[in-house]
Amino acid sequence: MSILSKSRICPETGLFFDDQAEKLIKWNAVTGVVFLLVGGAFGVLMALTRWTEVHILPADWFYLLLTAHGLDALIVWIIFFEMAVLYLASSTLLKVRLAAPKWAWLGYWLMLIGAVITNVMVLEGDSSVMFTSYPPMKAHPLFYLGIIIFAVGALIGTFCFFGTLVLAKEQKTYEGSLPLVTFGALTAAIIAVFTIASGAIILVPTLLWSLGYIAHIDPLMYKTIWWAMGHSSQQINVSAHVSIWYLIAAIIFGAKPLSEKVSRMAFLFYIFFLQLASAHHLLVEPGLSSEWKIFNTSYAMYLAVLGSMIHGLTVPGSIEAAQRKKGFNKGLFEWLRRAPWGNPVFSGMFMSLVMFGFLGGITGVIMGTEQINIIMHNTLYVPGHFHATVVAGTTLTFMAISYFLVPVLFRRELWLPGLAKWQPYIYGLGVAGISVFMMAAGTLGVSRRHWDNNFADATLGFDYPAAAHMFLALNGLSGLLAGLGGASFCIIMVGTILWGKKKGDVAATEPAPAPEPAVHQAGSAGSIAVPGTFVLALIFLGSFILYYYVNWKYLSEVWLLS
Amino acid sequence: MAIHPPETKIWWKEPVHSIEIWWVLIALVWSLIMFVMMPYWHVYGEQNLSNEAYRVDPEYFGEKVEDMVKKYTIREEGDTGIPVVAPPVGSDVFLLARLWEWYPILELKKGEKYRLHLSSMDWMHGFSLQPTNINLSIHPGYDFVVTITPTESGKFSIICNEYCGIGHHTMAGRMYVTDK
Ligand code: HEM
Ligand SMILES: [Cu+2]
Ligand SMILES: [Cu+2]
Repeated sequence: MSILSKSRICPETGLFFDDQAEKLIKWNAVTGVVFLLVGGAFGVLMALTRWTEVHILPADWFYLLLTAHGLDALIVWIIFFEMAVLYLASSTLLKVRLAAPKWAWLGYWLMLIGAVITNVMVLEGDSSVMFTSYPPMKAHPLFYLGIIIFAVGALIGTFCFFGTLVLAKEQKTYEGSLPLVTFGALTAAIIAVFTIASGAIILVPTLLWSLGYIAHIDPLMYKTIWWAMGHSSQQINVSAHVSIWYLIAAIIFGAKPLSEKVSRMAFLFYIFFLQLASAHHLLVEPGLSSEWKIFNTSYAMYLAVLGSMIHGLTVPGSIEAAQRKKGFNKGLFEWLRRAPWGNPVFSGMFMSLVMFGFLGGITGVIMGTEQINIIMHNTLYVPGHFHATVVAGTTLTFMAISYFLVPVLFRRELWLPGLAKWQPYIYGLGVAGISVFMMAAGTLGVSRRHWDNNFADATLGFDYPAAAHMFLALNGLSGLLAGLGGASFCIIMVGTILWGKKKGDVAATEPAPAPEPAVHQAGSAGSIAVPGTFVLALIFLGSFILYYYVNWKYLSEVWLLS
Repeated sequence: MAIHPPETKIWWKEPVHSIEIWWVLIALVWSLIMFVMMPYWHVYGEQNLSNEAYRVDPEYFGEKVEDMVKKYTIREEGDTGIPVVAPPVGSDVFLLARLWEWYPILELKKGEKYRLHLSSMDWMHGFSLQPTNINLSIHPGYDFVVTITPTESGKFSIICNEYCGIGHHTMAGRMYVTDK
């Protein structure tokens, strides 16, 4: 530990907080939540507009706010929060001061300035190009510039994370290998560097093109490189939220990974194979060969998917092992029944795990199958899928860990704990609804990013089947529920920071003992079997196989293409 | 715990529990099966995209469309003035996307093959044939060739499902398929 920096040990959790790191974690997390509030509110308006009978926004506002929703929710909220996670996983978990805090602050401000610039451009109305901004459609140059500035900020923050790891190694603040959570965060950070590099390769020329210095940007080239950023960034999210699953399992249950080796290997798969995933978005483009599509869309034979399936076993498995150790041994599922379902840190995390796997994971792999993509590309199935991954998965996980972090960081008790108990369920149910109903409408062919379900102004009209309108109405209702849950979260967080009961600064010198690791045995071989988790995993696999072949069946019914 | 360095320093030599090993193996097998399904479908399935595409000048593509329209127009669609074109079975058929229409209206025969060429005159568009639900991405400057065989007859719509500006939701075209 450096003597130059101020730091404290949290009296309740025994966690180490470097003064600068703590401030940065607070600011990044809170800024993220503000953008979540804004982005989420726009999301509710989207859902209400797509509800045929409600259709609340005019067309120009729908496309404008859809652009803002994608940017603020997917990019700004998540990446700000990820910066907080990186600082936590490095400085706090390795008990070392943050490397180059001044740079980290510079990164923070660049991100904020960039996000504000891009938002202003979108809200001014001449940059409704969606967050993907495919050329030849052109946005205001400052739209691209804002994103670039934001990305530079994020890159600086990522390097402060790397620097902190180096510092910890030099100062020998830990022994042996990095903790698994930090290792996962490292995975996320490595992927982030790749992601941001791809972003720079494509957005800098696009900026120049929007300024008139470059005559032409090939749309297919743009899309290929843009998605090297766009899809990899989802791999950052997955690495980050899976790390937090392990973190929550550790702090709530004292759970130890079943096997360090297997879990780390699963993270490594993410790094090895992620570059390929851009192809998911290019399966029905002209000019790319099937061989290229198949190899890339499957991340070289689905090895990154394998990584996720492994975490899907090992995260709940580590919880099961810890619970059984505590004596919850009856039957297959007593460990799960007796879990703290009233604690939003746990309930949020566990729901996220289940929904990410069942709703997000299965559908993503299916949609990313070269031929099956033909019946899903750009339908509402796509946003249905990624609301399960990025909202039910990443966002809900980040909410769950916030219930732990915010009281610890701000030294205050949770405001409205009664509401907090219910919030993950309200939000989780709402998000499950928007995912499932958008996918249902997508299966019936309903287009994404589309203002008019009735095609009222089209010369050649078209009607969707009645069921599609029903699913869109259910999507609207679920959106309201998710909006309620999201607003509750923001209120609880802001309320905790402003009005939560102050915790005394007592015992600040005497760190509470860290909870006993539940599984003492090294590795899982000697430890407790996890039959309950295995059964859950088999149920997952069964659903996966079934739904996978159902979609091949759907595909086989469409016109012949060759 | 996951927030501490591994307890055993040499963690990579720890034995792994059989449940974990089994799951990794099962998941690996499933991953490989899913991988093989795609090449399998190329051989035995009947819904595969061709790898045929050419760079094309939008103007040239527009001329090809006009040629086809001149030769094979059979009627106009109601009072819209949009030509309905019935090109010969097996021929090269052209469909263009532009802000905000699909042009022209094609009339094809059920069970017959056509080489459908798709391209955009301006921005990206999304070819979404409904209610059949075939979705393709249409770029300016690329001639996307798909050999297509309608398997049902009737009136179909082509909607645009790639956001293409403020008129995007008005961009709907039509296609007819007649019984032989
Ligand atoms: C209250 C919660 C939310 C609701 C009700 C909601 C609803 C929607 C709806 C209805 C769409 C538009 C679908 C379309 O017409 O194409 C959409 C798009 C999208 N949402 Fe959300 N959403 C919510 C939260 C989030 C969050 C938290 C994230 C990210 C973490 C997110 C990411 C996105 C993205 C990336 C798009 C695609 C934008 C585009 O197509 O350009 N949403 N959302
Ligand atoms: Cu269009
Ligand atoms: Cu469009």
